[in-house]
Amino acid sequence: MSDAIRLTTPLTDADVEKLKIGDRVILSGVLYTARDAAHARLVDLIEKGEELPFDPQGQVIYFVGPTPPPPGRVIGSAGPTTSYRMDSYSPILISKGLKGMIGKGKRSKEVVESMKEHKAVYFGATGGTGALISGCIKEAEVIAYEDLGPEAIRKLVVEDFPLIVVNDAHGGDLYEKGRALYAK
Amino acid sequence: MREVDVSLITDAVKRMSMEANTRLGDDVIATYAACAEREESETGKSILEQLQRNAAISGETGLPLCQDTGVAVVFIELGQEVHLTGGELKEAVNEGVRRGYREGYLRKSIVADPLRRKNTGDNTPAVLHVDVVPGDKVKITIATKGGGSENMSGIKMLKPADGVEGVKDYVVERVREAGPNPCPPTIVGVGIGGTFEVAAILSKKALLRPLGKRHADPFYAALEEELLEKINRLGIGPMGLGGSTTSFDVKVEVHPCHIASLPVAVNIQCHSTRHLETEI
Repeated sequence: MSDAIRLTTPLTDADVEKLKIGDRVILSGVLYTARDAAHARLVDLIEKGEELPFDPQGQVIYFVGPTPPPPGRVIGSAGPTTSYRMDSYSPILISKGLKGMIGKGKRSKEVVESMKEHKAVYFGATGGTGALISGCIKEAEVIAYEDLGPEAIRKLVVEDFPLIVVNDAHGGDLYEKGRALYAK
Repeated sequence: MREVDVSLITDAVKRMSMEANTRLGDDVIATYAACAEREESETGKSILEQLQRNAAISGETGLPLCQDTGVAVVFIELGQEVHLTGGELKEAVNEGVRRGYREGYLRKSIVADPLRRKNTGDNTPAVLHVDVVPGDKVKITIATKGGGSENMSGIKMLKPADGVEGVKDYVVERVREAGPNPCPPTIVGVGIGGTFEVAAILSKKALLRPLGKRHADPFYAALEEELLEKINRLGIGPMGLGGSTTSFDVKVEVHPCHIASLPVAVNIQCHSTRHLETEI
């Protein structure tokens, strides 16, 4: 395996363009969490022309609904959720400058096209390792939609979050490539 | 009649919902290690190692293995010689879930209505299946089932003429379609026969059997082996990034059915297979 690439958010077009599927990335900086219900609200605000709780320009959204923090911790278990449920919402956020998404599982053709057009990247994190990933999260603060509980939007500060590039800004798809290598 | 106070059921459900979410079975841990050893892909190996580290951290810190601490699926085998006292069975189970999910800092993942989608805030209600059985014991099994793998499940009403080949094709197709989404390596529960709803419940019950343990009927044991081999030839691999371990195991459960029918249900379980049982 090649050496991991260290990146810090926010991401630029140049950061994104150099990434290729299969690259291992160690990501640090601010991430915003959102899953199904929060995405629906964000897109609704965009459609109404209203202000978002955070400016997506250059940012990375992590698809996660963490467990509550036990005493003494900033967050509980916090691994990725399955991304396809956000497919209908992601292209509009990408068109507003979102540069990265972190999740697990396949994305739609529309999302992949949108990532090519606007220079964005989709990272895979290891699903089902929420206890391990929790250790990379140094700060967490609910910034919107507290009523959604685990689905509220949180601003996270992460250090050395290990990721892999699944869809790059050039149309590549690691799931297809990986499967083809090992199918018998 | 043996009297059993339902508060014992509440206590058991509370304890097991917390424990299931932070401690994997010995069969699961052993399977992670064995598969990490023989996985052909380096990335796949590294993911299987991450699963082992995650399990160790969860055990040390008490943090849940996965943030999706699931819907609490509770199976109760209620001995017909038991008289339950002190309250209602369903409420006793829900109270156990309520306490376990609160005290264990587990995620509340249940919405009260499938379309209006307001979170109930305490992970209730549980999904409860009760069977009345001979004897004077109460056997409680809890499976905390994540949404990601549940969403990749499916059911098909095959024709009897489709036979075993039709069953194999459908199961493998489901796993292929699911691809990386259900957090592979998965465990594949297959329910064959019965009616529409029986096949689905069987496919979930199939997931409760320990990994590596085959069906008692050699015919179905061989079917499990064959399905596992076919699935692991798909190349999907750990987290779908390519590899030789797409599923850890396939479990088949069967039931008699109508002369016109051949239902087959596939319930997919992620690598973090969390279930516990106890007897009162």
